[in-house]
Amino acid sequence: MSAVVGEHHDDHHHGPAKGLTRWIYTTNHKDIGSMYLWFSFIMFLIGGTMALVIRAELFEPGMQIVDPGFFNQMTTMHGLIMVFGAVMPAFVGLANWLIPMMVGAPDMALPRMNNWSFWILPFAFALLLSSLFMEGGAPNFGWTFYAPLSTTYAPPSVTYFIFGVHMMGVSSIMGAINVIATILNLRAPGMTLMKMPLFVWTWLITAFLLIAVMPVLAGVVTMMLMDIHFDTSFFSAAGGGDPVLFQHVFWFFGHPEVYIMILPAFGVASQIIPTFSRKRLFGYPSMVYATASIAILSFVVWAHHMFTVGLPLAGELFFMYATMLIAVPTGVKVFNWVSTMFRGSLTFETPMLFAIAFVILFTIGGFSGLMLAIAPVDFQYHDTYFVVAHFHYVLVPGAIFSIFAAAYYWLPKWTGHMYDEALGKAHFWLSFIGLNLTFFPMHFVGLAGMPRRIPDYAMQFADFNMVSSMGAFLFGTTQLLFLFIVLKCIRGGKKATAQVWEGADGLEWTLPSPAPYHSFSEPPQVK
Amino acid sequence: MLSRRRLIALALPCLAVTEFAHADWQVNMTRGVTDVSESVFNLHMTIFWICVIIGIVVFGVMFWSIFAHRKSKGAKPAQFHESTTVEIIWTIIPFVILIGMAIPATGTLIQMYDTSDSELDIKITGYQWKWKYDYLQEDFGFFSNLSTPQDQIYNRDDKGENYLLEVDEPVVIPVNKKVRFLVTANDVIHSWWVPDLAVKRDAIPGFINEAWAIVKEPGIYRGQCAELCGKDHGFMPIVVKAVSDEEYQEWVLAKQELARQEYELKNKQWSLEELVERGEQVYNKSCAACHQASGEGLPPAFPALKDSAVALGPIENHIDVVVNGVSGTAMQAFGPQLSEVDLAAVITYERNAWGNNKGDMVSPQEIAQSK
Amino acid sequence: MTDDNTHTGQKSNRKVVIWTLGVVVGMFGFGFALVPLYEVFCEITGLNGKTGGRYEVSSTIEVDDTRRIRVQFLTNNNENMPWQFKPVVREIKVHPGEQMKVEFYAKNTTGKIMVAQAVPSISPAEGAEYFHKTECFCFNQQTLQPGEDINMPLIFLVDKNLPDRLHTLTLSYTLFDVTEKTTKTKS
Repeated sequence: MSAVVGEHHDDHHHGPAKGLTRWIYTTNHKDIGSMYLWFSFIMFLIGGTMALVIRAELFEPGMQIVDPGFFNQMTTMHGLIMVFGAVMPAFVGLANWLIPMMVGAPDMALPRMNNWSFWILPFAFALLLSSLFMEGGAPNFGWTFYAPLSTTYAPPSVTYFIFGVHMMGVSSIMGAINVIATILNLRAPGMTLMKMPLFVWTWLITAFLLIAVMPVLAGVVTMMLMDIHFDTSFFSAAGGGDPVLFQHVFWFFGHPEVYIMILPAFGVASQIIPTFSRKRLFGYPSMVYATASIAILSFVVWAHHMFTVGLPLAGELFFMYATMLIAVPTGVKVFNWVSTMFRGSLTFETPMLFAIAFVILFTIGGFSGLMLAIAPVDFQYHDTYFVVAHFHYVLVPGAIFSIFAAAYYWLPKWTGHMYDEALGKAHFWLSFIGLNLTFFPMHFVGLAGMPRRIPDYAMQFADFNMVSSMGAFLFGTTQLLFLFIVLKCIRGGKKATAQVWEGADGLEWTLPSPAPYHSFSEPPQVK
Repeated sequence: MLSRRRLIALALPCLAVTEFAHADWQVNMTRGVTDVSESVFNLHMTIFWICVIIGIVVFGVMFWSIFAHRKSKGAKPAQFHESTTVEIIWTIIPFVILIGMAIPATGTLIQMYDTSDSELDIKITGYQWKWKYDYLQEDFGFFSNLSTPQDQIYNRDDKGENYLLEVDEPVVIPVNKKVRFLVTANDVIHSWWVPDLAVKRDAIPGFINEAWAIVKEPGIYRGQCAELCGKDHGFMPIVVKAVSDEEYQEWVLAKQELARQEYELKNKQWSLEELVERGEQVYNKSCAACHQASGEGLPPAFPALKDSAVALGPIENHIDVVVNGVSGTAMQAFGPQLSEVDLAAVITYERNAWGNNKGDMVSPQEIAQSK
Repeated sequence: MTDDNTHTGQKSNRKVVIWTLGVVVGMFGFGFALVPLYEVFCEITGLNGKTGGRYEVSSTIEVDDTRRIRVQFLTNNNENMPWQFKPVVREIKVHPGEQMKVEFYAKNTTGKIMVAQAVPSISPAEGAEYFHKTECFCFNQQTLQPGEDINMPLIFLVDKNLPDRLHTLTLSYTLFDVTEKTTKTKS
């Protein structure tokens, strides 16, 4: 980590402190942003290793490597770590690094809280991961932790899981409050809301989603805690509760949560595509409105995760129609990106490759999402590998590709050096091939009838599963290349100019590369 | 089978398209054998092709830009970046397409929610990790357990054709009759899913859900539990056997006759050997998933029975544990699940297997008294 | 970096923190408010097949002789509930509006005193709001001595506004063992 620091040629009058205390006490948005990004990468590798355990077990029919109980722990921990440990902190890291630079602020609005919100995370995940070594094992009830499997029938470690979730929630809420305060209060003179870069806009909306739904998650795990330890019956039919209530409350959080993971990705793509098309983003206002509509709609579609629990006909119809509606603003976004590229002057550096792959593969994930929205057909798709394929298509080439794209795009600004373009392209192509090999066959086995979260499967699913597993190992090992590229870029390389990319536009590109320790001590003027 | 897949593993980079012709590469949804499954399949295909067409148009424009508007070809960027008209058009067109999708979808959904009278009602109860079927009109019921041997699962034996999709007793239904499934659960949430019937219903403890099917063709239709329900979620398949009406009636009579015989067995005098022999079968069916065939269990969740305090202690206590379960643990109450004969047999077996050699036994009559 | 902020910046930051925390607290409360809201919602729509509480019969209830509804009774034992539990009659036909009494049989087969709670559920769920119980053993917990058995009454009527497309209502009772819970709260 300290390698990042060493390369900051910083001549500002109060530069970073030296040694470990710098990282513990820091209130600097760049330091905290870097810590978030490294933390999320470590979690990405841990969660990825778990995914590889899963894929190794599923390589062939029969039980070979782990027992079914441990397999369930792996699927659960993989989901929790990727969602709360990899994707969300990575976007908070990007927000920390970029939002002050993009709005022309010296730092985040609440720097001390910023320090807190990061340092809670390692403890939350240490708590969660420690459950792997407890008697009875780690949480094994899926990342959606449906009651009563997660209450009456849970391993004792569920209490640690609940506290872990509480801590992550506190961290995300504090991060979101900070983003809101920064964007609302620290914009440079002349930077009106409708002049903000789209990454800032999408994060503002994401932050609102976070403060609205993370407390609901906290509420639902608190109810679980009370059911387990204080004899209440929120989710137990015996005491007048209802296990289905759990699903309603969980998905009231859960659906906005998936947009929390994708809206900032929309923002990243909306920054990168215009740069490498050398053309302004098409339909800026409609992009803002589309993002806001997606966020609002996300509050009224939750029960599409529950079509098979026995909703009445009217309920099924309402949630089906509402869910289908989301396709409209999402479509607008895709059309706008394509129109931005149309008649531009395109080059294909690594960030652009990741961004284009993001648009294409996310759209494929969107199509399968639309299919899943159709309630009667969902009776066949629900809880099969088709769903697994769908959400991995929106999360891996969606959220994670956009994070890679962002990393390559802003690395020169962060480190002052260009990354190795050839290696970056290799990373892209290997990831692209690995990802499609892994997740595309999952559509097929899902349609053919393979349920999700099973450690062993019938013979007819064998061939595609083998392909998936090989793709997963390709994708997984490729990510070590990314680590190498980033370290290499930090240690040296071609000096980056202030603007870095020919078509880049925005306040962060007016700062020198690497960006000074304090971004804008004098607020810039925005025309 | 195995060697063929190994071959594919090696030859993957030059994977031939012809491979896809093989049945193992099923890429699409099951069309199924009911009117509902047929409409679901057609709806699925309609939506799929609409998505493909939209995809071709959108990606077509994109790939054209990638191909033609690249800087290396000397493309100069255009200046346009806004058009309210275009934005309105591509808001309205998708909206219209969505309405086009919603209409048939609503129709199929209404078809699924039909509540006209059924001719046969079967109550389906999900247990960790097996299904129970109760024929409400005929007044009998049975458990349906995975019948794939552990040796196949743990690769000590070649896997059979219906690996993991076979049960000891399928649920039998007549064709061309409306069968109503009333779905509930005994412990956690399960989900009863048979793709050929397009029926997937969550089984929720304390609540009852329903679904129905009119199967048009006799045959054997296989499915699986579709909601994570704990350790052996992947090992509780569903097999539906659809037969002609006469065959169904015969089966019902045979079933009722069997129940009567079973009842008589209760009054028979059993020897220790007979009980142990029967007990081993019962054990492997109902107990081995947790306590393992070797009796060694999977501690700490599933304790060993071999050399255990329960199996070697007083028999009254042993009976109590098996019949009434142990609350707060994974040990279920088997009293309502097994017959008196099976309970006596399995308890006797546990006391005399794996070197436990207690030499005592309990008769079905004694179980009946203690109940 | 706070030293870079102006005094007014600090103040407006505090304002943002206060109202966002307000949203956070409000949404945490809303999460819990979903529980009673859901109850109400279920009772109105019959979502999930939940039936309402005790129904007060008005004296002027009319019986609809034109149709008969099949009411089917199911019993389930939840895990670790060893009692015998079954309906005395498996199904009956009733006119909407007509009051009916049926019984359920339960026997404590164990050697200890046990407390049970029966939980009702109706399928199809949309029929739940038309099924009224004027007397039900599920309103109370049942305590049985070792070996004791009991016939438990249910008096109900089907609302005459039941939609025409419904011909069958299935009432399912699941029996839960609540012995431990009750003793814990009493001690």
